Amino acid sequence: MTDWRPGAAPARAARARLLAGLRAFFAARGVLEVETPILSRGAPQDPMLESWEAQAPGGERGYLQTSPEYPMKRLLADGAPDIYQIARVFRGGESGPRHNPEFTLLEWYRLGLDHHALAREVVALIADQAAQSPDWHAPRGCEAIAYADLFRSTLGVDPAETNAAELERVAGDHGLVIRGGLDRDGWLDALISLVIAPGFPPDRLTILFDYPESQAVLARPCADRPGYAARFELYWGDLELANGYHELTDPAVFRQRRERDIAQRRARGQPLPPVDDHLEAALESGLPDCAGVALGVDRLLMRLLGVSRIDQVIDFRWA
Amino acid sequence: MATYSTNEFKAGLKLLLDGDPQAIVENEFVKPGKGQAFSRVKLRNLRTGRVLEKTFKSGESVEAADVMDTEMQYLYNDGEFWHFMVPDTFEQYAVGEAALGDSGQWLKEQDICTVTLWNGEPLSVVPPSFTELKITQCDPGLRGDTAQGGTKPATLESGAVVKVPLFVEEGETVKVDTRNGEYVSRV
Repeated sequence: MTDWRPGAAPARAARARLLAGLRAFFAARGVLEVETPILSRGAPQDPMLESWEAQAPGGERGYLQTSPEYPMKRLLADGAPDIYQIARVFRGGESGPRHNPEFTLLEWYRLGLDHHALAREVVALIADQAAQSPDWHAPRGCEAIAYADLFRSTLGVDPAETNAAELERVAGDHGLVIRGGLDRDGWLDALISLVIAPGFPPDRLTILFDYPESQAVLARPCADRPGYAARFELYWGDLELANGYHELTDPAVFRQRRERDIAQRRARGQPLPPVDDHLEAALESGLPDCAGVALGVDRLLMRLLGVSRIDQVIDFRWA
Repeated sequence: MATYSTNEFKAGLKLLLDGDPQAIVENEFVKPGKGQAFSRVKLRNLRTGRVLEKTFKSGESVEAADVMDTEMQYLYNDGEFWHFMVPDTFEQYAVGEAALGDSGQWLKEQDICTVTLWNGEPLSVVPPSFTELKITQCDPGLRGDTAQGGTKPATLESGAVVKVPLFVEEGETVKVDTRNGEYVSRV
């Protein structure tokens, strides 16, 4: 018989409480809640994210958002104040113990802050939520470390000056062999996800900041660290919870990176969805100096409840 | 040549890796939010039984192993090999001790077993889930102990040793679940 039963009953009330707690956190800080469309005509070109395509019977075509980043930045360029959104997002091919192709993303933007200040706000938000219930787990301690320093201290290599073949050898020294050719960024991702992060203390928050420029996505270049970008990620134990930027505002750099992404997609034979050029036009018009971050709400709930699989917090798992 | 991409990976899938047939035990998707995706796979080598972990870049393809389950009748043991026959074709296969593993202790002539073949070579044998075997040796039980639920070891004609209730006697035939090695009933 069809298994109709939703799968996360024990987490149901906690999810409602967390959503209410997040809204209270932003209300207290005067951050405005906004809504933007889930469906759009174009899609980001990032080769590491695949958009779900949607098609209406009449042949009209659209894409489900991988994050609400583009329209939220258009709101900021239009003069909106600090804003946040609790959005449903969709990522093709992402399914596993810590991934569901549809999930809940909390994304917010703060005018005049840089990525360091915003990372501190993420830590404050997590502490605030963890204090909601004596039954919830709270992180113990937080360490901020630059991406380059982490690689130097744990693996003894400088990520900016190490090529793919050398990174492959370092991975091999740590017992990691991977089938399928990887470029330098692929090896850096492998080392972070499969060698370094699994060693983070389980209760500690880790802020990893200043990523290699090749992994800048939409972060601005670091003023004080050439070759790196003003991006951070936040981990709770070995679980990646949030990704943020001191936002790129230069439309010329935005175009360069988009061209690089499209060239990579073409070289790898990935789909080439239509470009949404509204954000480029908004950057031309002027995006205020700001920092933005996206945090996985389902994963935060996993950590607060001390469970290890995402299907323990999502009632209707995509299968 | 059939191949599987990492996005088709799931438990039970049989792949040809390093020249050996291997079955996926567990597949874990790993991906940094803005980075490269990987599959961490636990594989059981179907020839050696060893379990190993391997990591694949997402999107990689791996050759499928030509592994087939076939129903066969167990014929006899010649001291070195256990001989099986496909009832429809009378085709015969000799299975060595390594491939037979623990299954040997349950085999009785005429039993229909599932033999896993890889390129025509037997890899493993699964005996029937339930089998009926005669007790060749066990200590006498004590009268009046039937209600206590106590057990004693009994050696079966096929060589297996199972725990049976105290009232069961040597020479009797018992039904056994071969999947967990537990006594089910007297026959």
